[in-house]
Amino acid sequence: MSALFGTVLPALLLAASVAAHAAGAPSLMAGTFDPPRAAPDFTLEGSDGKPLSLSRFRGKVVVLQFGFTSCVNVCPATLATLAQVHRALGEQASGVQVVYITVDPERDDADRLSRYLAAFDAGFIGGTGTEKALADVRKAYGVAAQRNASAGSVQYGHSSFVTLIDGQGRLRALMPYGYGPEAYVHDIRALLSQ
Amino acid sequence: MTRRLIAASAVVLVASMSGVLAAALVPVPSVTRDQIHEIPAGTWARRMAGEPATPFPERIRLVLGVNDVLVLRNQDDVPHQFGPALMMPGQSFRLPFTTASEFQFACTAHASGQMVIVVDPHPDTPWARLRWRAQRALELRG
Repeated sequence: MSALFGTVLPALLLAASVAAHAAGAPSLMAGTFDPPRAAPDFTLEGSDGKPLSLSRFRGKVVVLQFGFTSCVNVCPATLATLAQVHRALGEQASGVQVVYITVDPERDDADRLSRYLAAFDAGFIGGTGTEKALADVRKAYGVAAQRNASAGSVQYGHSSFVTLIDGQGRLRALMPYGYGPEAYVHDIRALLSQ
Repeated sequence: MTRRLIAASAVVLVASMSGVLAAALVPVPSVTRDQIHEIPAGTWARRMAGEPATPFPERIRLVLGVNDVLVLRNQDDVPHQFGPALMMPGQSFRLPFTTASEFQFACTAHASGQMVIVVDPHPDTPWARLRWRAQRALELRG
C-alpha cells in the first residue's frame, strides 16, 4: 500500500501534470517555434512620439510587421486584416499591440507612419530609425528587405510574414501572408489565454 | 487439373481486385501530420569545409490532411534561416500548410540556399487514394 503512495501515485501525478501541460500548449495556425526564444528587443523612434521598444509592451501580445508605407500589395492588405482582427477581438484588443517597422527610413519618418497607420487603426504604432538601426532589427528577426529602384520609383521586396510575440516577450510564431482575420484571432486568443 | 487452375486464378484475381478496391476506398490514414526534417550538427561546418552537406531534400512533397505540417529541427551549431524563420541551434519551426500549391523558401541548410515545398491536395477520390498509396509504396521501397 505504501508502495502505491510512494512510487506509483507520484508517477501518475507527474504523468498527469505532463499531459495537462501538453494539453495546455495551444496549437496555433501560424508557424511556431519550439522552444520559443526571447524576441530581440530594439529601440526605435515611435510614430506616437515616444521611443519604441519591445519591452514597452510587456504583458501584451505584440503583432509585429515589417514594411513601408509606399507598399502597394503586402502592407495595406496585411494592415487591413490586422485592423479587422483588432475589431474582432473586442475588449481583448487592449491586450494586443500592432507594431509596424519600416524598411524605408528615407521616406517613412514618424509623422508619415503615424498618418499612414491611422488610416487602418489609431492604436497601431510605427517604428523608424537610422538605416543601420533598422537593418539590425531585421537581422535579429531574420527579416529580408531588398531595395529596388527603377524609373524613378523606389520599392522594397520584404518579408511578408507577421511575427507574433507573447506577453512574456517570447517570439512564438510567424503568420504567413494571406491568412485571414480568423487565423489571427484564433492565435492571438490562444496566446492571451496563457 | 484445369478446373483447379481456373479456380486458383479466380481466387488470386478476386484477392487482387479486393486489394485494389480497398486501396481506393479506404481513407488515407494519418497518425501524425508532422513531416519532420532535421539539420544535423556540423552541417554548416561541413559546407564551409567544401564537403557536400545536404541534410534533407531540397524539394519536399506534402499532402493536405495527411502530412501537411513541415517541422524543421535545427540541431546544427549555428542559426539557420528557413524562409522568414530564423531558427536558433536547438530550435524547431513547425509550419502547417493549408493550401495545395508550390512554395519556394530561402533555406540556409542547403548549398543552393533554396527549398521548394510542394503541397498536394488531399487524396479524397478513389483514383487519388490509389495514386497516393502507389507513390507511398515506391517511396518506402526507396
